[in-house]
Amino acid sequence: MTTAPVSPRAKLRLGDRIFSTSTVTAGVIILVALAAVAVFLIAQSIPALVADPAELKGSPSSFWEFVAPLAFGTVWAAFLALLMALPISIGIALFISHYAPRRVAQSLGYIIDLLAAVPSVVFGLWGIKVLAPAVTPLYNWLVENFGWFPLFTPPVSGTGRTVLTVAIVLAVMIIPIITAVTREVFLQTPVLHEEAALALGATRWEMIQMAVLPFGRPGMISAAMLGLGRALGETMVVAMVLSPALVISFVLTSSTNSPTIAGNIALNFPEAHGVGVNALIATGLILFAITFVINSIARVVINRRKAFSGAN
Amino acid sequence: MKTATTNFKRFGSVAAIAIAGTMLFSACAANEDAPAGESESTLSGTLDGAGASSQGSAQEAWVAAFQIENPDVTINYEPSGSGAGREAFLSGGVSFAGSDSALSDDEIAGEFASCVPDSGYIEIPNYISPIAVIFNVEGVEELNLDAATLAGIFKGDITTWDDAAIVALNEDAALPSAPITAVHRADDSGTTKNFADYLNKVVPEVWDAAPADPFPYAGGEAAQGTSGVVDAVTNGTNTIGYADASKAGDLGVAAIKVGEEFVNYTPEAAAAVVDGSPLVEGRDATDLAIKLDRNTTDPTHYPLVLVSYLIACQEYTDAEQGPLVKDYLTYVTSEAGQAEAASSAGAAPLSADLSAKVATAIESIK
Repeated sequence: MTTAPVSPRAKLRLGDRIFSTSTVTAGVIILVALAAVAVFLIAQSIPALVADPAELKGSPSSFWEFVAPLAFGTVWAAFLALLMALPISIGIALFISHYAPRRVAQSLGYIIDLLAAVPSVVFGLWGIKVLAPAVTPLYNWLVENFGWFPLFTPPVSGTGRTVLTVAIVLAVMIIPIITAVTREVFLQTPVLHEEAALALGATRWEMIQMAVLPFGRPGMISAAMLGLGRALGETMVVAMVLSPALVISFVLTSSTNSPTIAGNIALNFPEAHGVGVNALIATGLILFAITFVINSIARVVINRRKAFSGAN
Repeated sequence: MKTATTNFKRFGSVAAIAIAGTMLFSACAANEDAPAGESESTLSGTLDGAGASSQGSAQEAWVAAFQIENPDVTINYEPSGSGAGREAFLSGGVSFAGSDSALSDDEIAGEFASCVPDSGYIEIPNYISPIAVIFNVEGVEELNLDAATLAGIFKGDITTWDDAAIVALNEDAALPSAPITAVHRADDSGTTKNFADYLNKVVPEVWDAAPADPFPYAGGEAAQGTSGVVDAVTNGTNTIGYADASKAGDLGVAAIKVGEEFVNYTPEAAAAVVDGSPLVEGRDATDLAIKLDRNTTDPTHYPLVLVSYLIACQEYTDAEQGPLVKDYLTYVTSEAGQAEAASSAGAAPLSADLSAKVATAIESIK
């Protein structure tokens, strides 16, 4: 009588078992940590969500009216920062990977990474002491000459502590992160693709357009999302540099700017008590949700070019 | 060459260990000088307090001085905010609270968990801080303002420095025709509440918002903390703000109209307005909550002040806390303690009259 052949199983040695268990443990730990944070946020937010909205700061008619300017301010400041940082970062990364001589490229890489090590409090101090006074004449000029444009509506801020200044500081902070990741991505471009483009008569810039950038697009998006994540959560810079008011405002040069969620928590937590603390944690939950949504959108965009993405 | 390298290696490691050891053992040396004589204090224990951050730097100075006199006592004051401090005291978490606002009627009617039931409480003013109106306008050294103009500036009604209202009060000054940038506190603050209380009591038709810790009106710049406001006024152009007087630095300070004259702030004038104000009515004899007379017309008074209180039990459930609290509060409100606060935090010392009333209240602690 013949029996069905049993497929042989690989013999697992002790080293294999330990390694696979430790990797599974590491994965589980990170999931547990994420779940713990989510549970904490939800549990501590519930008293604020069910409380009478009149008890919240500014006596809004509902919790959503309370958090709307904060959510808007967070996304607006981070968006402006990314808008300024992304072209510069990609430019630096391309310069390091394709244009610079090797020694220059290496030292430039070290210097960019050094910028990432500067604490955000130091950036905040630089913002209020140096940058804000320096850009005030520029804002005065912009409002005088372009006051008809909705983004530059007068009156202008006399101290320069506006959302545009904050966006500039945030851009300086996220450039190292985006540059570091995009540099690595550009260095991974298949050399054969680059050489083929050059062999067909493309100039350096055309070769980059044809071979490097399309290959690196998922990587650039990942890098941008990393930078955006830091900009969304940046606390001390916003708390120190921004002049906040609880309104939704697009104007870049005025004193009334929509606050960001993290900056608002830093400003108000020391003096908050009772349901005020729960309200601040609830805004933290909203920030968590915003970051989650933005990252999911990025994932979807990256997955469209699955073959080249390092995410798989 | 080879000998030199070997010698260096052999002695180098010994030298490295010697240097490291010296640095390690020198770190063990005490930072403070030991007290000159043997202190005779027999007090020991731990005392926890929490509350107003406005008193924060004064409390640090008091704690340091008290602990030098009483080396076996440890005092912890957490500047978590007036509201948090009162809550912690009522729920029994701390033995005394610092607060910029006196206890409300609701809080008095509630439960005092650290105290023996049905024993009373004491509430004493211990920290008086004048609020200065700081400004930074090129070419203007002195500025006179009255309550109505001040309210108009910070509410956003008066928008330029050469507005008729300001010019009327300052005929000699060369006021520019530039927009005013009025800086207020972005975070909740007792300074804001007292500033708003002054304006609300003197010109309620202009400043109609009820005084509270957050700044009530939109418009104007917001900065974080006293240092943020001072920085914003210093680094900006044509700015004006309000901040604790001790942090005003070199900035110009406006004189406020009291009665018919313009008064600059001085610690004595700040203490004088507290003296001249009545106590809140309908409270226990040991509750010295003060109803500040912001409408005073006496030119020796400076009505823009912040008064901060200490709240404690008369009888503690934990009997050991009583003597500690009593001694600490006695020190804080003594002449030496108030002088310490004046030099380290720029506070105005309690006047002799008020000190006497405060001492009577402290006597009631068992």
